[in-house]
Amino acid sequence: MAISAQLINFMAALLLLIAFAMLAQRRILSLIYLFAWQGLVLAANSVIVAYSTGQSHMYYSALLTFALKVILLPWILHRLIIKLDVRWDVETLINIPTIMLIGIALVIFAFNLALPISQLAGTITRSTLGIAMAIVLLSFLMMITRRKAVPQVIGFLAMENGLFFAATSTTYGMPMIVELGVALDVLIGMLILGIFFFQVREAFDSLDLSHMEKLKETDR
Amino acid sequence: MSEVAFVLGLPLIGGLVLAMYGDRQAAARLNVLFCGATLAAAGLLATRVVEEGPLLVYNDLFFLDSFNVFLVALTAFVALTTALFSKPYMRNEVEHGRLTSRRLRLYHSMYQLFIFTMLLALLTNNMGMLWVAMEAATLTTVLLVSLYRTPASVEAAWKYFILCGVGIAQALFGTILLYFAAEKVLGAGGTALLWTHLNEVKGDLEPTVLGLAFVFLLVGYGTKVGLVPLHNWLPDAHSEGPTPMSAVLSGLLLNVALYAVVRCKVLVDGALESHFAGNLMMGFGLLSVVVAAFFLWRQRDVKRMFAYSSIEHMGLMTFAFGMGGPVATFAGLLHMTVHSLTKSAIFFAVGHAAQKTGTQVMDEIRGLVVTSPTIGWGLMLGSVAILGMPPFGVFASEFLLLTAAMQQQPWATPILLLSLGVAFAAIFIRVQAMVFGDTTAKRLPHAPALIPVFVHLAIVLMLGLYVPPYLAHWYRQAALFIG
Repeated sequence: MAISAQLINFMAALLLLIAFAMLAQRRILSLIYLFAWQGLVLAANSVIVAYSTGQSHMYYSALLTFALKVILLPWILHRLIIKLDVRWDVETLINIPTIMLIGIALVIFAFNLALPISQLAGTITRSTLGIAMAIVLLSFLMMITRRKAVPQVIGFLAMENGLFFAATSTTYGMPMIVELGVALDVLIGMLILGIFFFQVREAFDSLDLSHMEKLKETDR
Repeated sequence: MSEVAFVLGLPLIGGLVLAMYGDRQAAARLNVLFCGATLAAAGLLATRVVEEGPLLVYNDLFFLDSFNVFLVALTAFVALTTALFSKPYMRNEVEHGRLTSRRLRLYHSMYQLFIFTMLLALLTNNMGMLWVAMEAATLTTVLLVSLYRTPASVEAAWKYFILCGVGIAQALFGTILLYFAAEKVLGAGGTALLWTHLNEVKGDLEPTVLGLAFVFLLVGYGTKVGLVPLHNWLPDAHSEGPTPMSAVLSGLLLNVALYAVVRCKVLVDGALESHFAGNLMMGFGLLSVVVAAFFLWRQRDVKRMFAYSSIEHMGLMTFAFGMGGPVATFAGLLHMTVHSLTKSAIFFAVGHAAQKTGTQVMDEIRGLVVTSPTIGWGLMLGSVAILGMPPFGVFASEFLLLTAAMQQQPWATPILLLSLGVAFAAIFIRVQAMVFGDTTAKRLPHAPALIPVFVHLAIVLMLGLYVPPYLAHWYRQAALFIG
């Protein structure tokens, strides 16, 4: 029991580390690898939780996570960036140190927000809720700071990972039917975005979202 | 219980069939046919619920009471009339060269799937599935908003996807918290997220967790309702997508999102035994009404203007449900009905007007009453109705709402009245010029479908003069549930 609790905390720490790495990573390809690693740690965490608590449905959940977030989504993203020819794209991120500092502040905020809930939780994973919320907020920060379409979407998917982790740490995962539904939504969303990237590029000649400024209230 | 299967199955099958044959000549008719069959099933379902009371079917997976069954009927009805409207409208768009037949196939298929996701969101008893269906509703409409592939429409769709996606992610977190609280009382597993089960034990749910959960749920689903300050996607998505989409987004999707918020509020109210959820909703609602009313003045695009008007009316409804009590809830439900009918009728008329004049810029649309009297009068009557002029149903619901506000929250009444006045002036001036100004316009290759416009307006007029007893009974029943 003690060892698995240690392991779960270790996994949570890894996830937080990956979230920070994603925040600072400028190369799209590396970002996809980081996303796949995040999925892998998430799946491993589910297996540990399932093993140590005997919640057998968590094994299925881990399997689903592995199939979707380690294999399928990174594969789709990888194919997309090859087809879009943005594989070696490097984004200019201004002021990485400032972003990291904001990130640290967000983590502290997340821990404070999670405190009252994790005290109520009876799961062995409860101490990781703060980290789950931190991952959600860090992914959100990542979406805000990015100007390109693909990294923004990876931020979006990372946010879903954070939410999944939150569900694991508070309640040992959502009911299976809901988890399946969410996974289906994520997959369909990814496929639709895949089509959508091409539309964006066709309309704006690039995947840089700073070109999107037609629809503003002021100049109308 | 086969009605539920039909209501959900028909649009799903329709979506799949139209994914294959959506570009054929008969596709638009097929689209109408599927919607008509769905409406028939929804009608049967509604009569059944009215006669037999709340229903739980398929292992409690689906749940029907007077609140959601009336929304199911409304959704199926507006889906049918919009399909009727879109038949000539989309043909004209193809003729104008704005669409290819492949995109028409996408449109028809996604239209049916969108209806399916909304009906699923309304019928499901599982709060997790509600989230899944709401997210799926966003996904099915993203590619429809960008259907024209213009830079502006792609931008609108991107904004729509990202904002609603992030917003609804908050709702997922709220749902996780809800499950966390429920699991302690109901035990782990699939039943702990069933709304009917939660409703029975809502007094025992942990109040602090539910309070926090509601904040996330309101922000999440509120983004889809279009509540200020989470409304940014709404005017863009409404103005850049094809008009039938604007009509169903405005008339139906916003309602369904508000339905989700109200369902959550019922649970939270029971757990908290305070007016916390209601106060939050009133705050967001009032802010939306005020901000939207003033933003109406700055609009130059006709669909954008009516999108802001939708924000205003969703704000009114959110305020009404937040205020609670039988009168306010009754007003909220009635307003949901009449707003959805009137707003979709307006979008039908606006769509044809924009097609006819070739522009959505209001300054360039003039004299509709001369060139095409039916479109002109449809738009005029629709606008008069949405602005809450007496014989129409919107007047009745707004009047009820204001009476309830005067009794329960007197401080809010002047703010509401002022905003309604500002909105009235903004819309009326614009519409008057569009309908009665001088003009030059051309003929459309396919005659516009104006029957839906007048059918909707006639129902709204009827609801203003006379609410049939069974409908009033229905609303009262639903108001009892919501409290």
